Amino acid sequence: MDSLINDSRPPVFCPGCTHERVVHGLDKAFALLGLPANRIALVSDIGCSGLFDTFFNTHAMHGLHGRALTYATGLKMARPELTVVVTMGDGGLGIGGAHLLAACRRNLDLTLLVLNNFNFGMTGGQCSVTTPPEAQAGSSFLNRLEKPMDLCRLVEAAGAPYAARCSGLSKGLAENIRAAIAFEGFSVLDIWGICPGRYTRKNRLTPKMIDENLADMPGGQGVIAENRRPEYGRSYARQQAELPPTKPPLEVPPEFTPLAGKRQELVILGSAGQRIITAGEIVGLAAMTAGLQVTQKNEYNITVLRGPSISEVIVSDEAIGYTGIETPDVVLALAQEGVDRRRAAFAHFGENTLVLAAADVTLPESPARVHTIDFKALGVRPPDRALAAVAAVAARERIISPPMLDRALEYRFAGKVLESARATVKKGLEEGRKDAKP
Amino acid sequence: MTASFMEGNEAIAHGAMAAGCRFFAGYPITPATTIFQSMLTLLPPAGGICLQGEDEIASIGFCLGASMAGLKAMTATSGPGISLYSEQISFAIGSEIPIVIVDVQRLGPSTGSATRGADGDIQFLRWGNSGGLPVIALAPVNPADCFVLTMAAFNLAETYRCPVFIASNKEIGMTRESVDLRSLPQPEIVERRGFAGPPPYRPFAVADGRDVPDFLPIGADILVRQTSSTHGPDGYITTDAVQIAAAQQRLDRKLRSAVDTFTYWEFYGPPDADTLVITYGVSARAARSAVDAARAAGTTASLLVLKTLWPVPEALIREKAAGAGRIVVVEMNLGQYVREIRRVLGNQHIDFIGQMDGRLIHPETIEEVICHG
Repeated sequence: MDSLINDSRPPVFCPGCTHERVVHGLDKAFALLGLPANRIALVSDIGCSGLFDTFFNTHAMHGLHGRALTYATGLKMARPELTVVVTMGDGGLGIGGAHLLAACRRNLDLTLLVLNNFNFGMTGGQCSVTTPPEAQAGSSFLNRLEKPMDLCRLVEAAGAPYAARCSGLSKGLAENIRAAIAFEGFSVLDIWGICPGRYTRKNRLTPKMIDENLADMPGGQGVIAENRRPEYGRSYARQQAELPPTKPPLEVPPEFTPLAGKRQELVILGSAGQRIITAGEIVGLAAMTAGLQVTQKNEYNITVLRGPSISEVIVSDEAIGYTGIETPDVVLALAQEGVDRRRAAFAHFGENTLVLAAADVTLPESPARVHTIDFKALGVRPPDRALAAVAAVAARERIISPPMLDRALEYRFAGKVLESARATVKKGLEEGRKDAKP
Repeated sequence: MTASFMEGNEAIAHGAMAAGCRFFAGYPITPATTIFQSMLTLLPPAGGICLQGEDEIASIGFCLGASMAGLKAMTATSGPGISLYSEQISFAIGSEIPIVIVDVQRLGPSTGSATRGADGDIQFLRWGNSGGLPVIALAPVNPADCFVLTMAAFNLAETYRCPVFIASNKEIGMTRESVDLRSLPQPEIVERRGFAGPPPYRPFAVADGRDVPDFLPIGADILVRQTSSTHGPDGYITTDAVQIAAAQQRLDRKLRSAVDTFTYWEFYGPPDADTLVITYGVSARAARSAVDAARAAGTTASLLVLKTLWPVPEALIREKAAGAGRIVVVEMNLGQYVREIRRVLGNQHIDFIGQMDGRLIHPETIEEVICHG
């Protein structure tokens, strides 16, 4: 197999830099694997290791500081047939820490080669996440205050199924790289090396010292048995193949005559758990069965199981402009939290505004016509209040009619839920008809 | 009308599917989350890929990788996430990677209010990248626009190999509305122009008379180079000032010179009204109500709704404003796009209505300015 080294772009590293050895080790590993150039994508990070893609005749993608694993993930998911190798320094490791941890957990078939030379070579030898505290680095005393990170132990804890360490100056480098690439899943190779331009100008580090340090460290032997599991891309494809086709969006054809053409506004003031948003949606669907246009704006707290829940529905026979509501036609006041959230709005209600209020809610002063509903006496539980109240509106032939409401229930529910919704609606209709009668 | 009842965010997802989107990655954030949820429902069963990144930077990074592999890609977020996207947006601009980016704006600054609307990112979308080169941004008014403009956004991203923003707003994204998707005019779907010439392939070389390089995906038989570094036509780092200047000017020119071909807008009212209201996004809905109310009260005004915000459609703005004695600019911030209107219509009288309190601008606020200055 021919070399994939790009003859027109020879490596430009400082004399004695381990990076150059890794360039040739990687080239040899590609040859050992027998990979064709156009089936390899080299994704390089930043700094001196970020130059790697230019030295090879392969596909190449070079991006921003610490983000190489993010591009590699998109590439590999889109083209699983590619062998994707990421080169990164100990600098990229630190800045892209979140991506490293996620890649370990994900186990997509990527190979991460970390060219670890214990400092930021390109920017002046500042400390990185692997700089020993006793080193003289370009960040004054700062590295003395922090503990260096052991990459192999870190990625093992994060779930990587393959983590190995080696010296970039060792004879076995190409074989170490080959084994990491050949592994199916996320593999990490921590390659220790010498930065003559920065690090070893002030710190003594020889190939022998690297070998001795590596020999003293636990782990980093390659496959991590307890983390072995199916590769992410293959698992994704398997899960995907089992998904049923997505249903197209529900379409509601017009079949009823609208009650009133002009803009009608409904505000439902309730609390979490009262299915306020669903009730608003039902009103919308019901109006759509008459070919009307609808908007629905909702408000609820981030804590979805507590606090106010509000839905504002506008129904009209023409395009709806402004989606806010100041003088609603109908207000359903179903819980104190919702009423309190919109307390200030009550003064602006008109004399024609109809407020249907739960008996246990205290309302602020307002010119609106208020009708009280004792939901308890009706046998309507709090989660069904909103739907029952909507039925009480329909009974009055306001905004929607009972047949429209029933058709909306059919669109939205099925089976036992539909039966139960119809039972609730029946109670609301009866209550509403009592009041609607003169 | 046979209609579906969906929020703007869902309509964006359907528009993306109709445009041929094959890859989505996002990170949950209110009020954009339902785009991710919708894509997760729609895309994998259709054979596409939908991922949840470990953060926003990863999500857009996945998309850039997938786009370079040849897939149409989209991501979606809100203010805090668009801030994190910044470095990757710069990459997409400078390295000509097609991507659609949805910003469902919420009230800022910073984490601000997750469930309150705003149009506070409009200048950020334009300038929130290093280098300051142009981008495309489209602004929907309602779910119907969300569907159609998302399709247009994909077409533009493919045509010009650039990031295209959808500048939505919580008040559009999370407001449900009846919409008949089938009745909407769908643009013809555009694919990025592939390299068809004999090797060598030079990834950033442009053919004569063109400003956009031909595309080959990473993984093609012919080798492809992509880099975020300042590069020459061959995709290698360059320090040649002549090459650099030519590339930068091309990136600037390729969008600015073409904006007239993708200027989306609506005009409402008589062409000769003395007052012209200019707005975009959800405020267009209140502005239309205000123009109607003003007419009922005896004052005639017209309304220009801009749906292409960046590059600024200067020719359209000048044409529509030509006969107007007064311009009223309305937006849900304290004065962002009005800067552009003032720049373009420097000699005309321009009034401004801005509001940034989490509430929609009320039609009466606009009507008051139309009728009484």
